[in-house]
Amino acid sequence: MICLSRGRRLLLLFTTLALALGGGQAVATEGGEDPIKVGILHSLSGTMAISEVAVHDAELLAIEEINAAGGVLGRQLEPVIEDGASDWPTFAEKASKLINEDQVAVVFGGWTSASRKAMLPVFEAERALLWYPVQYEGLEASPYIFYTGAAPNQQIVPALDYLKEQGLTRVFLLGSDYVFPRTANQIIKAYAAANGMEIVGEEYTPLGHVEYSSVVNKVQSASPDVVFNTLNGDSNVAFFKQFRDAGITAEDIPTMSVSVAEQEVVGIGAENMAGHLVAWNYFQTTDTPRNEEFVADYQAAYGDGNPTDDPIEAGYVGVYLWAQAVEKAGTTEVEAVKEAAKGVTLEAPGGEYQIDGENQHIYKTARIGVVRDDGLIDEVWNSGEAIKPDPFLTTYPWAEGLAG
Amino acid sequence: MESILAPVFTGLSVSAVLLLIALGLTFTFGQMNVINMAHGELIMAGAYTTYLLQSTLPSPDVAYLLALPVAFVLAGALGLGLERTLIRRLYGRPLDTLLATWGISLLLQQFARDVFGAANVQAQRPSFLDGGLEVGSLTLPWSRIAILGLVVATVAVLSVTIARLPYGRRMRAVLQNRQLAEVTGVRTDRVDGITFFMGSALAGTAGVALTLLGPIGPSLGTFYIVDAFLVVIAGGLGHLRGAVIAALGIGMLNAVIEQTTQASVAKAAVFAAVIALLQVRPQGLFSHRSRALV
Repeated sequence: MICLSRGRRLLLLFTTLALALGGGQAVATEGGEDPIKVGILHSLSGTMAISEVAVHDAELLAIEEINAAGGVLGRQLEPVIEDGASDWPTFAEKASKLINEDQVAVVFGGWTSASRKAMLPVFEAERALLWYPVQYEGLEASPYIFYTGAAPNQQIVPALDYLKEQGLTRVFLLGSDYVFPRTANQIIKAYAAANGMEIVGEEYTPLGHVEYSSVVNKVQSASPDVVFNTLNGDSNVAFFKQFRDAGITAEDIPTMSVSVAEQEVVGIGAENMAGHLVAWNYFQTTDTPRNEEFVADYQAAYGDGNPTDDPIEAGYVGVYLWAQAVEKAGTTEVEAVKEAAKGVTLEAPGGEYQIDGENQHIYKTARIGVVRDDGLIDEVWNSGEAIKPDPFLTTYPWAEGLAG
Repeated sequence: MESILAPVFTGLSVSAVLLLIALGLTFTFGQMNVINMAHGELIMAGAYTTYLLQSTLPSPDVAYLLALPVAFVLAGALGLGLERTLIRRLYGRPLDTLLATWGISLLLQQFARDVFGAANVQAQRPSFLDGGLEVGSLTLPWSRIAILGLVVATVAVLSVTIARLPYGRRMRAVLQNRQLAEVTGVRTDRVDGITFFMGSALAGTAGVALTLLGPIGPSLGTFYIVDAFLVVIAGGLGHLRGAVIAALGIGMLNAVIEQTTQASVAKAAVFAAVIALLQVRPQGLFSHRSRALV
């Protein structure tokens, strides 16, 4: 018999006990239903948190609802949540962690195009799926990303069509300084050149910039018919407050924003945004049978004061679309899900959605709205039927050369 | 006329905001050599105080006016608490205080996120600050004029305090030569405490003023902290006059350059100018000349 010291004996005893208990637990879960892990990767801190936390909330709501209805393939969904912290390299790092360490079946995440561009190589190298819920500048169709937000021909181009129709042809471009506004403005300039609209100014401010007096001065001296606004994050609050402060109302110089939704209007203040235009595919006021239920569920979960908006709806819908694809494929295996996702349809709060298998975007209806005095948005125009997504703008002759 | 008035007013307004956020910092940094990275969060505390008062009191105007003294006291108390518990243990170790206060800043940001939510909250502009002064085709917003007024008043009160009041004299003594001041019977720990209270309280009031212009959210501090340090370092630590002139210089330079180029270019140019200044005068525009050995 080996002579063990008292300490060693205790250690041996503890280790054996731990292994026995731990091993016992492992055996217990294997026999039951193994949950499917899904990753949720959004900025829960930093300047983009003001927009992204709500999308993360919506995705969790969808997971809860799906679990209550029995889960996917009979298994419950288990969310693994990570914080991108409004820092793009962190998004790539956390994506890698979710895929490799947590072995998630899919990741729902991102907001800024910068975060998506940072994550794209990770998902393509690891052959894992990302569901990206925000409107963006297009010119991309990664085989490993599903885009549930609008492509430019479903948001920016209809907005430009609307402005042209309304006779607002002198356009001032204002955006945050990163890939989405810069690319979006290239698209706008190409459209303007082909459609007789004049670009009277183009200004970029860094993300997180909050001093807009010079910009407001420049807008005033340029006297545009409309400001096409691609600012993101806290900058929108500062800009609209200071714009209104300078005595400019929506009647004097209207703005058309593509990154300001009901959620952002809360922080900006409805009195600063009343009468201004926004372009999206979904508003809290959108009149579809599914939407009333969705708004009620969301507000029951997160508070009456919390509005729903387009990215919230797109995040929510992304989870459901993925779940449907998995049910159709019979497995969570990535290539099978991708194949099964082609043509999947969903009765969504924003209308009837269908995944376009060619580019992994979805058919969406374009809607233009006006911000109300109470902060919600009234629709003033919509495209009638859902628009087929065209991220590379191949169907528009004036967009030739942009995808290069 | 408007083409000159617009950038000049913009420059003055930007300078006023810079001075507002930097005033508190110049004293805590100068007096105690404490690099307070949580200064931005003290500004945030002031901003959230405005939001809280406006959501509990029936009149947003009254709530806003009340927020000025309440934020002053609240932020001051928060800063004093920070000084008593953490910073005084790290006296004489500037790099350690930098790290420690950076950690406090992250804690406070997350606290705000947990209590108020990650989304921005709204504060209403008081009705007496609606609109602006019409000068030709320009409208100079009343809110910006009010901020200018607030800054002028604050600087006036501060200069009187420093020049005339006994506390001011003691503060100057500690600033010039801490050891000699101690030897002559000045309670340096008390002076430190009052200075930190004052610096933090000024940050709180700045937060109330800034709700007129910008977002109110957990990341509020991060938008202003870098500019605050820029003004303090360019102006010289602990120097009121230095801070005023540095803020004016930076604000006007920023406005003038942004008028003809872009915001990013103006920011870069301002940084370059400050770096150039520090090459020539590393101690900033003004400094204390003393015979202290340290």
